Parts: sequence; structure tokens; C-alpha cells
Amino acid sequence: MPATPKSLRTRASVAADLSRLLPNCHLLADEESLRPYECDALSAYRRLPLVVVLPETLGEVRTVARYCRDKGVPLVARGAGTGLSGGALPIEDGILCSLAKFDRILHIDPANRSATVQPGVRNLAVSEAVSHLGLYYAPDPSSQIACTIGGNVAENSGGLHCLKYGLTVHNILKLKIVTIEGELVTIGGDALDSPGYDFLALLTGSEGLLGIIVEVTVKLLPIPESAKLIMASFDDTGSAGHAVGDLVAAGIIPGGLEMMDNAVIRATEDFVHAGYDTDAAAILLCELDGTPEEVTDDIARVKEVLEQSGCTGMQVAKDEAQRQQFWSGRKAAFPAIGAMSPDYYCMDGTIPRRKLGEVLGRMAEMSRRYGLRVVNVFHAGDGNLHPLILYDANRPGELERTEALGADILQLCVDVGGTITGEHGVGIEKIDQMCVQFDSMALSQFHAVKEAFDPVRLLNPDKAIPTLRRCSEFGGMHVQRGELKFPELERF
Amino acid sequence: MHPRSECCNINDGLLVSEFVQQSCEAIKKAGEARAPLRIQGGGTKSFYGRRIQGEPLETGSHAGIVDYEPSELVITARAGTPLAALEAKLAKFGQMLPFEPPYFGGAATIGGTVASGLSGPRRPYAGAVRDLVLGCKLINGFGEHLTFGGQVMKNVAGYDISRLMVGALGTLGVITEVSMKVVPRPVASATLAFEYTQREAIEAMNRWAGQPLPLSATCHDGDRLYLRLSGTRAGVQSAADELGGESVSDDDFWARVRDHRHPFLRTAPALWRLSVPPATEPLDTPGSTFIEWNGGLRWVATDAPARVVRECVDGTGGHAIWFRGHDGKDVFHPLDREKLALHRNVKRAFDPVGILNPGRLYAEI
Repeated sequence: MPATPKSLRTRASVAADLSRLLPNCHLLADEESLRPYECDALSAYRRLPLVVVLPETLGEVRTVARYCRDKGVPLVARGAGTGLSGGALPIEDGILCSLAKFDRILHIDPANRSATVQPGVRNLAVSEAVSHLGLYYAPDPSSQIACTIGGNVAENSGGLHCLKYGLTVHNILKLKIVTIEGELVTIGGDALDSPGYDFLALLTGSEGLLGIIVEVTVKLLPIPESAKLIMASFDDTGSAGHAVGDLVAAGIIPGGLEMMDNAVIRATEDFVHAGYDTDAAAILLCELDGTPEEVTDDIARVKEVLEQSGCTGMQVAKDEAQRQQFWSGRKAAFPAIGAMSPDYYCMDGTIPRRKLGEVLGRMAEMSRRYGLRVVNVFHAGDGNLHPLILYDANRPGELERTEALGADILQLCVDVGGTITGEHGVGIEKIDQMCVQFDSMALSQFHAVKEAFDPVRLLNPDKAIPTLRRCSEFGGMHVQRGELKFPELERF
Repeated sequence: MHPRSECCNINDGLLVSEFVQQSCEAIKKAGEARAPLRIQGGGTKSFYGRRIQGEPLETGSHAGIVDYEPSELVITARAGTPLAALEAKLAKFGQMLPFEPPYFGGAATIGGTVASGLSGPRRPYAGAVRDLVLGCKLINGFGEHLTFGGQVMKNVAGYDISRLMVGALGTLGVITEVSMKVVPRPVASATLAFEYTQREAIEAMNRWAGQPLPLSATCHDGDRLYLRLSGTRAGVQSAADELGGESVSDDDFWARVRDHRHPFLRTAPALWRLSVPPATEPLDTPGSTFIEWNGGLRWVATDAPARVVRECVDGTGGHAIWFRGHDGKDVFHPLDREKLALHRNVKRAFDPVGILNPGRLYAEI
């Protein structure tokens, strides 16, 4: 089929083509049905795709990919749409392919401790399906009730326990992907390693730019026999930050290590009554898991370290109910903040842990300068910050100021040796900040990798990796005439 | 640190060592002349992979720990840093590389460790080399020095090029620097032995791996199952009490397995490395078998033809590498058509002329 020029492509013509090619496939093409797909959880960006297609079979996904390739139509894959960086934002003249109907757990292998699932299976559903075997799937992003495994792989999702148990990339064995050519390719394998290049790592976190994930084999771990949670209070955020480093330096790797500042403590306490110390400037939630003997040993050491780190109060959850109650506050932190401000913007930089105190201080200063409140609740153990900027979109100019403050915060993360995104992905949201983090040669290398998988550049185009032109306009990179060394390479 | 926020070309200024500058030049020249380079660190793993020709590009002189802050659990070192020096530094601060890297000789470097992607006995319990790589610097086939990843635990900005380098055997780039996650050394360890057949051992290892036990290594030498527990003192003691078996007090045992100084692994004239799902039943391989990783890694000593050994993993979901005593060609498991096409494309993206270790991994790349 010859490529259709963009201007001649209409919703009606693409819908007609697809319903002819895929007569049994669920297709949405009227504006009202498309509306729910106009954004993911980054709702500040909205676009309607030409059509939404909801395939049910591998054959249908392959047909959609081939159609897009042949006609030059952009293709965006989507899971539950819980992503926070706009990775599943539709392209206006493109097709949105929802994997929602790929929602079956295909195979559970208790002996090898793995499960093979379709990409539309919810994260938590995997652990629920194997809990009777004493096993679980470790990555637990806060959205785990709703988010799907396919999206987790595309974003390399983390969660509350990744310091000890790793991210998605550490907890999967095998993927099946459909390429833009419509080929079905198996990546990784059933063993712990596989022949050739580590495409499993390359695909994980590739944000839908290299292939469409159609099947995932995840590793399962034994459920820890025992878990205990300590809540520790501090009278300034700096000492809480230092305590995190002290714990790790003392040789303790907690199952989870979370920090909340006073604003978040108060908001969540009002919201769910988790039993937090509302007078503390910051609290740490530190969970130890393992065999009962290990946990007893670890709790004693953690208490010792925290006391030396200037902790002003400490409480070990007395039973499972109280442990869940302490966690409930952390898990409800975002909704709680949603209740205290009309809008908030969630950031996701990661920094070296030793810079926690410094960065928190400098963010407070920026917050004053911009006249916008910034509150903090984050994965302290990983140095993964989630500063939340509170704003009101109805006040003229406030969203723009919020975005400018966010950009400054990300710049700060890069300046102290960190990264612009720890787990939420780049998507459309942080595409300009990529110009701050990477130089032109590294970005060109990323584009070359993209072309190796998607030579026609139709899979989730214009996300995750900025073009050099965009960077040069953004001003984060100084691309000068004659500086690019390989003029024969296509640069975009 | 990322000096690039001020400057988009890290080849500028004093930040780049002479070694990197010279290597970039050498690679550009090799590219113009289309003359393949053979990358070499400590040379301890020159037996591994397909035999290739090429002008040597030595990385051993580019050594030194660049950054190490124990409370960050991250170490950054130049590629030529001897593994022994790096591990000694970590040990001083009560930390270690979790994947227990094999040495195969005292001169092993961190760059070679990452490029070969080989992990030791602790791998199924603490992660593989690729799991612990957080960032790297490399020179691609254009002679460009590039930085990917970083020194933080979580980083999803851009494609994960650092992990792509692991096991690529230098075919995508010359690694110049790596940042790795490290972990605290366990306070206590204990090794237990059980008189089990291969079948009994595979069954037991996988049963225990599905329980919350502080396992840190397993192997079966044909007659006995050895198992290591690591963690807190009380944790190790209670697990040892629960499992029974005979206590083994041989501090060097796991290092001998790791470095192939164990008699089974040392003496085999031809050795195969079979990677299969751990609970896979005993395989019908010719020769004798030594098992690690809960059954996931099976070393087979045999001089049977490659085709015969490879057929044994057919249908298991695993693969076979002709590890030692190979013919220099048929080393790695063949790739299917689609996978090979992607390998070619990715190779081209990093090294279009094909001068970086061409043929070391597969003839086509």
C-alpha cells in the first residue's frame, strides 16, 4: 500500500480501512468514545487520536502494526493509562492501540517461580493469583491496583520496595513484542539469561518506542515470612535525610524506606488517620522483612542507628493491623494532597542519597521564590524524590509557573549528579529536560537505537527522546553548525 | 556527576583522559581503514567467545576507582580497574559486588566482567551483572565517547544502554567506565551439604528457593548438594537448623566454584554452559554435569558434537554456550531470523563499519 499523505488521512478513512482488515476487532472512531483515551494520568496534555483499536489476538495487533507501517500512520500502545509522564498520550493523526483486552494470566509455573501474563493484566492481579503458592511479584508501584504489566515494562516501573527487590527490569524473564513490521519477536527467555544482546533491558523502560509488548513472563519471589515497620520522627528534614544514609552505610537494606515531610504528614493524617506524628518535621517509614530471626536482628540495629541519627521518636508497629495502618497513610498521600490543593504536579527526580538534605533545602528556597508550595513524600532509600508542587490551574499563569519550577527542580537533580526521572518515565512531560541530561552524541545514539527497531519512526513518535532541533530550540544544548561529526547520519 | 549540563561535548576540556582520547582516535582511524579492533582488558576471558582477528585495543591501563561513597551503595571505576582491587576496596567498607564475579585469573578487570556478562554463585539470589549496572561510559564505533545511566539507583531517562553493553562482548562499544550497585556483606554465612542425586538436588533446591530462606548459593557436583546461607547471624542459624544437612567449613569452596578452580570445572577439556529454567529435570546430556543456581545453570563436560549438546536444551526454554574447548566458531546458541535481524540493526546503530570485536559474539555482528 502506498503511504497516504497526512493531509488526506481522515478518521473515517482509517476507521474504514481497519474495520475491513479487522472485522472482529473492537474499534472506536467517534469523538465521544475517543474522549476517555485523550490522556493518561498526566491530564494536562490531551489529544484525540484518529481511532482507538482494542485488539484481542496477536494476529490483530500484527495487522494493526503492518497497516501503520504501510500507511505511515503513527501508533501508540496503551495499558491502563495510569502513567504520569504522558507516555500513552495519543498522536492526533495516529492510532491508539489499547491492550486492555489482553488481560489473561496465561501460565503459572510454581516450580520455576514464574508467571506468563498478557500485558493488560493488572500488577496486583499477578500477586493475587499466586499468593496461595506463597509467592508474589515484587515491583509494587503505588498505582498497582490499576496499572498493567505491559505499562510497567514500558516504563520500568518501581515502587515502594525496589531498593531491596529491584525495578521491573530486575523482575522479568521474557517478553514477546510485535515490531512495527508486524513481526512477533521473543526477547529474553525462560532461563536466567538468554543468548545475544540484552534486549530485555533495552525494551524495559523504552516507553513504547521500540515495540508493542504483547506478553510478559515475570519472576515470582517467596513472600517474606515476617515484616515489621518502624516509624521514626525527626525535627528537621535534613537529619531525616542523613538518617537514610546512615542506615544504608550501617549495612541495612530495608524492604521499604519512605520519607514524608510535615505538610504531607498532616494532609494524610486528616485524610486516613494513619497514626502519624503530626508534630514531626519529617518521618521515615522503615520496613524490614525476611525470616522472623532476621527481622528481629535488623530491627535492633535500625533502632540503634536511628537513635544515633538524631531521631526524636520511634514507634514499631505493634501488629500487622498497625503496620497496614502506617502504610495506608503513605499510600494515600497523593489523594490526600489532592484534597488539600486544587491541583498538584508530581515530580520524579532521583539524586544521590547524600544530597537529600541539600536538595530539600534548595527546593524549599525555590518554593518561596516561585510562591508555590512544594511538599515531599518519596522513596528515600533510592534517593527517588517526588516533590509535589501545589497550584491552582484556574489562576492565570500558575500552571506555567509550576512547570518552570518543576524544570528548575529537575535541573537541580541533574546538577547534583542525579536524573530527571527515577520511575515515571520521560514521555512528553520531561522531553525538554532530556536535553539537560544528555549531550547531542548520546541523543543521536538513542535515535539510532530507535531506528534499529523502528526504522519508519512510527511507534510512539516524538516521546521520550527529543530531536536535536528541539533541544537546540529549548536551549539546553548548544548544537552548533559543523559540530556534529557524522553528517551522513540522519539527525532530527 | 554530569558535566554535560554546561557543555554538550564531553570530549572537550580536561575531563577526558588521554586514554579515552587516544582510543577515540584509534577507533576513528580503524573505521576509516575498515580494520577490525580486538578489545582486551586483563585477557582472562580470551577463551570465551568466538575467535577473532584484529589489532588489539588494550584497556588495562585505564584503571582506577573514580568515585565510591559507601552510603550510596555505588562504586564507579574505569574499565581497566582490576576486579581484585575493586573488591578489596569494597571489602574495606563491609560491602561487595552482589553477583560474585568470576575471576578466571588474577588480572580480571571490571570492564571485562561487564562486557562478558558472567556472574557467579550468588546470581539467582542477588542479581546478575546486568542487574547491578547503573551506568557506563563507552566509545562507539564512530569514536564518540558517550555517557549513559548514572550513579543513582533508579533512572529511566533514555534507553538502558548501560545494560545493553553487558554480555555484548565489546561488539557495541569500548566500555571506559562503569557504575555499579554494591551491597553490604552479610554478617554471617554457612554452607551445608546433602547426599542427594541430581534429581533430588534439583527438586530440593527449587522447593527451598520458593520459601523465604536466606539462600545465597547452591551447587551439585554429581554426588552432593551444597548450599550456602547468608544473612544475619540468627537468620542463618535458624535456617541451618531447619534444613539440616552436614555443615561444611571450607571458606574457599564457593570461590573455587566461582573461578572454575573446582576439579570438575577445571579439568574438563570441553565444557558447556547450559542455562535452563531451574526446575528443568535432569537433562539427557552426554558426559557429566555440575549444577548451580537452583538448577538454572548446568555445566556439562563432554566432547560430544555441538549439535548433540544443543538438542538437549531444545524445548526447555534455555540455551547452550560452548564455554571452553570450542572450535572458535559455534560458541553461542543460534538466534532465530527475527532476532538476528534485530542484532544486525543494533550493531549497525553503534558500529556501522563493524570494527569493534566483529564476530566475537556471532559471525554476523
